Order: sequence, then structure tokens, then C-alpha cells
Amino acid sequence: MNLLKETVRALRATLVLWVLVAVIYPVILLVVSQVVFPYQANGSLMTNAQGQVVGSALIGQPFTRDRYFNGRPSTTRYSSADPQTDRTGLLKTGISGASNLAPSHPALLERMQAKPSPDSQGVGMKPTADLLYSSGSSLDPHITPEAARAQIDRVARARGLQPNQIDPLIAQNTEGRFLGIFGEPGVNVLKLNLALEQLQP
Amino acid sequence: MLQGWIQIALTLLIILLLTPPLGGYMARVFSGSETRLDRLFIPLEQLIYRWGGMGSLVDMTGWQYIRAVLFSNLAMALLVFMVIMFQGLLPLNPTGLGSPTWDTALHTVISFVTNTDQQHYAGETTYSYLSQGLGLGFLFFTSAATGMAVAIAFIRGLTGRPLGNFYGDWTLAITRILLPISLVGAVILVAAGVPETLAAPVVVPTLEDATVQQAIALGPVAHFEIIKMLGENGGGFFASNSAHPFENPNGLTNLLQIVAMMAIPTALIYTYGIFANNRRQAWLIYAMVFGIYLGCIGVAAIAEYQGNPAVNALLGGPHPNLEGKEVRFGWAQSVLYAVTTTGTMCGAVNAMHDSFMPLGGAVLLTNLFLQIVWGGQGTGTAYLFAYLILAVFVTGLMVGRTPEFLGRKIEQREVVLTSLLILLVHPIAILIPAAVTLAFSEQLAGTSNPGFHGLSQVIYEYASAAANNGSGFEGLADSQPAPTALWWNLSTSVSLLAGRYIPMIALVLLADGMSRKPPVPMTAGTLRTDTGLFIGVTAGVILIMGALTFFPVLALGPIAEAFQIGGGL
Repeated sequence: MNLLKETVRALRATLVLWVLVAVIYPVILLVVSQVVFPYQANGSLMTNAQGQVVGSALIGQPFTRDRYFNGRPSTTRYSSADPQTDRTGLLKTGISGASNLAPSHPALLERMQAKPSPDSQGVGMKPTADLLYSSGSSLDPHITPEAARAQIDRVARARGLQPNQIDPLIAQNTEGRFLGIFGEPGVNVLKLNLALEQLQP
Repeated sequence: MLQGWIQIALTLLIILLLTPPLGGYMARVFSGSETRLDRLFIPLEQLIYRWGGMGSLVDMTGWQYIRAVLFSNLAMALLVFMVIMFQGLLPLNPTGLGSPTWDTALHTVISFVTNTDQQHYAGETTYSYLSQGLGLGFLFFTSAATGMAVAIAFIRGLTGRPLGNFYGDWTLAITRILLPISLVGAVILVAAGVPETLAAPVVVPTLEDATVQQAIALGPVAHFEIIKMLGENGGGFFASNSAHPFENPNGLTNLLQIVAMMAIPTALIYTYGIFANNRRQAWLIYAMVFGIYLGCIGVAAIAEYQGNPAVNALLGGPHPNLEGKEVRFGWAQSVLYAVTTTGTMCGAVNAMHDSFMPLGGAVLLTNLFLQIVWGGQGTGTAYLFAYLILAVFVTGLMVGRTPEFLGRKIEQREVVLTSLLILLVHPIAILIPAAVTLAFSEQLAGTSNPGFHGLSQVIYEYASAAANNGSGFEGLADSQPAPTALWWNLSTSVSLLAGRYIPMIALVLLADGMSRKPPVPMTAGTLRTDTGLFIGVTAGVILIMGALTFFPVLALGPIAEAFQIGGGL
């Protein structure tokens, strides 16, 4: 009997707290977020002039061609796939993940050595660490300002632009530290490339 | 480099400044003193007590308290197990996910109900918004509140008071501490860019090649994220946890997350000082833990800052190790987060621990072994006092007196219970299953790294389970449909349960026994426990016990790997 009473009390207490923290609390948050911060609450989605969604301001996209600033290596190709060949169905849910390679893993160096030289245009570009190491989320929207500057000449040559036309775009799309103190500055690669397309479609 | 150290120092300063007000507030809440928000909260709590059938909240004895902990935890585990097993039939499942395998569901529920949140699954592809929000998000609150209630009961017992009523403290921990802070914190997170929506993932053509599409996973993340951190839970909404830009988009959210995971374990030491009416002792203990914590940060930071020599050779110069790290956090915020998350038993990660340099990984493992570098929600503070009792015993042996702590004699029962929970349960729950796994490594281990690091992966997984941390060296093949997933799900479940409930039972019994002892008057010969000397001895006991038990596996894993890398692979 005592155990029965104990069980009933545990179940009732669980249900009451469940209503408070798993129903009332999320609903309050959902309403406040959707009313006060609709842009952030829905994923900071950016749209083009035609009103189509082109990506999220917080999520990186894959860029490997010379005419774009390239982002960091990603184990999930920035959660992207060709819909024709998406065998694992990642486009249904979206994914994230990392290499989880230990510093002593031979595959780490093999991957870095197999990466095509970023200097395919022969402009004397030095490799930077963030473009060799893969990110933690595989969706890192940023590269370091040094990695962006190192790519200016290549992008300019591939697009037939002057480097000084591109230069200001980097500063405009650099997201700084919080209060100038916490975190590291990063250049948002998708935003930078969108700006580049506006400059020269 | 200097800028990175300044970031770290300022973050620690914020935490230090938060300790007295939050610790004082928690002491007022749990001693039933008046607080400013009484008028708002008391009616809500009365309603919870009445509808929850919690009765008149009379003080419980040790075994009554333990029974209440176990029954309530079982009830919530069953509720959430049902929710996630039937998620395919329930609403809020925009990606049409079916039920997870039974072993994944079992491991998830045990892992979340024990405040561990070790995840053998990827959030995006395994659990619906309903399972995450109404199931796992619920356990975030209740498992954290369970730990806090036990810690408060422990502090009450040590200081000679009755243990209190579990259901009362459980409710207060949620209504007065976790829920109000979460409400404010979640709104800040949304404003900073964390999504809070029920919409399905968005699919967009990529800018570079429109035939390639990108899927952007969304969800009700913000409300989940803040209590994930504040409650030392650490289970990510997405697979890559707080490295995911939607869980932790910038320097502001990262700072908020670090402060949230540190706030309660640091403040609880101060709360103890108020209960024991000895703030000097509380600050001395605080300083000791802070010292060990700083040492951990220092070693890990230098290791990560110096980077991987083999990669540095490719780059033509030294550069921090950025494998598995995000540009917006860099080495400093990644290291601070990693040391804090393993120390506080939160287990959220903003950089992948598997890819840390060997000495960085060794620091993270050491945190899991010691369990007191702030320690888990509530339980960490209790372990700290268990170590103090052990130090009292050891020094008592040295000077040949019956040891006393807070004016109560430490006798056989106390020493047996503390050694059980510190010296026995933790290493057994880690080393024995790890030995079994490594003995049958072909069939069971599923390590992704060759050599010494493979051993570290196995040890880390069990250490994380037994310490109720939840982070991992995630290259390990521990998720379905890997062939080793079943073993990992079941064997870590045993470590999770043993690492949570055996110490909790011992803590409550210990406190119950202490509270019933008659106080002995202090004499000139009494060993004072609020002196720098005694706290120094305690630090020695902690480090020597930890080193003696776990140094062999550290030597075989990360330390050997460090020599291997230093020797040029």
C-alpha cells in the first residue's frame, strides 16, 4: 500500500511538472519568439530580390570554385546534396557533424594533403589553418579574415575584377567579437559571396 | 594569444561576481526565507503541491528521501520513454521520423534522466520536435532539479538539520531557479539568432550550384538550449551540439552558455557557506576548486594553442589546432568551453573533444575522473564535501584523533559511505566495462582511431557515462545502425545508472546519519577545517586519489599519444 501511494505521488508530481516545464514554458517561448523576433526565430533566413530564400545568415554553404570565396572543409558538404542522388535522405532532415579525427589519426594528414591546392590560379596564395582543418558543426559560416584576404587575388582573377573592388566587401561581411572581447572575428562566406554576386552577377 | 587569455579571464570574473548573489538567493529559497518574488511564486507552488499530490511536505528520513528520488525518476523516465517510442504516431514530427530502436530509446531515457545526456544518436535524424521538446526538454528540468534537491538535503544533513522534503525541494529548484532563469536566457538566445519554431527544415538551392540543394534543420531550439546549459544537461538539439550555429551562433550566446553552466555549481558552494554559517570555509573550498580549474584551462589552452606539429609543418608555422572547432570561437573559447563542460558535468560541446590535442584530451578526461572541478548539478558540490570528509579522516589518522567535521564525529559508517562513492563506484563503472570492451575490441569497441587514441575513446565514453557528463570522443561507433551500437547503448546504461543512483543513495544516507549525531564541542585539539592548510591537504587527497586510480589509463591513452605526436608520428 505504501509503495502504491509512493507510485501515485511520483506519477502525479511528474505530470504536473511536465505540464509546467514541457508545455507551458515552451509555448510561452514560442509565442514570444514568433511575435517579437520572427526573423531569428525562423532561422535568420535571407531572401533575394524575388523573395526566394537563398540560405541562412548563420549557416555556411559549400563553395569550392575559384570565383567564390571558399569556406572550410565540411564532413557533410554543409548539409547539402544533389536531390537526384541524395541516397541517405539528408535533404529531408538536414544534418551536421564533424570528422572527429584525433590529431594522431593518419587520415587527418592524408585529407589535408589530398586537398587540391587553393592556389590553382598560381597567385602565390598561402594556406591558412582554418581552410585545412574541418569545422565542428560542418556548417561553419565563417572563415578567418586572413583566409578571406588570402583568396582575394584568386577570386579577382577568376572574375576579371580588381582586388580593390573586392576588398571592402570583406570588411562589410566580417562579424566581430561580442563587445569586441568574446569570440573571434569571422568573415561570413555566404554573405560575402552574395555581395560578390551583386557586384558582378 | 593575449586576447584569448583576456577573454578567458573576463568570463571567469563574471562567474566569480555572480556567485554571492546567486548562492545567497539559493540559500534563501531552500531555507524558506522570504524572497522578493514570493507573491508571484507561492500561489503557483501551492497549485503544484496540491495537483501533484505532494501532501504537506513533511521532513523525510533518509530512506524516505531515497525512495522519493527513485520513484519520481522512474515515473519521468517511463513517461518520456513512451513519448519517444510513439513519436511516429504523435504530432510535431515534420520530418516524419519513426520510432528509434528500443536500445537507443532506452539509452537516451536513462542518459537524460540521470542528467548525463550522453547521446548515441543524431538529433536531426532521430527525434521529432515533440520528443525533444516534450520529452527530453522535460528531463532537462527534472533531472537537474533532482541533483539540486539531493545537494540541498546533503548540505542540510551535514549542518545538522533535517533533510527536508524531496518533492518540495524538487519543485522549488524548478519554480524559483531553473524556470525563471531559463525564461530570460531563452529570450536572449532567440534575439541573438537561436531558432524557436515548429516549422519543418528549409531546403534551398545553393548559391554556387543551383542543382545542389541545402537542407537547413530548424526547430524549437532556444527554450531547449538554455536549460540544456543551466541544468548541466548538455544534450544537443542537433548532432553537433553547441558547435551548431543554430545552437550557439556567436560570442554572446557562447558567453551566456558558459556562464549558465557555471552559475549553479559555483553558487552552491556559497549556499553551503550560508547554511554552515562559515563563509570563510566556503570561499576556501571555492578557491581550491578554482585553482584546479585554472590549472586545467592552462594545460588544455597551451596544448590547443600550440597546435598539431604535423599540420604546422604543412602550414609552415605554428597555428592553433582548429580541427573540429568553429572560427567564431577559436582556440580560447573552445578550450574554456571544453574544460568547463567536462568539469561541471554539463557535456555540451562547442568543439569536438575527439579532435583535441592529446594533453587537451587528458585534461578533459581528468575532469571526468575527479568529478569535483565544480562537478554536476548539485552532486558535484556533494562529492566535494565527501572529499573533505575523506581528508578529515586522513588527517585524523595522521594526528591520531577521532576525526570531526562541522562538529560531528566521522566514524566507520561515514568513512565506508564516502569511500564507496568516491573510491569504488566511479572507477568500477569506468574501468571494468572499458576492460571488457577493449578485450573484445573487434566485436564491441567500434573505435574510429587507431593506436592510443582508440583506448582514450573507450575510456572517455565510460568516464563520461559514470560521471554523468555526456560529452564524448564522438568518432566512436556508438549509434545505431552501427553493429557495436547495441553493446554501447546497454553497457553505458549500466555505468550511467551506477554513476548516478549509488552515489546519490550514499550521499543521502551519509547526510541522514550526520544530522542525527550529537554535536561535539570544539576544543583546542579540534582539527579546524576552515584553514588554508586543511584545504591544501584536501586538494592533495583529491589529486592523489584521482592520480592513483586513473593515471595508468591516462598514461596508456593521451599521454602515450602525446609522445607519439611529439616523436613525429
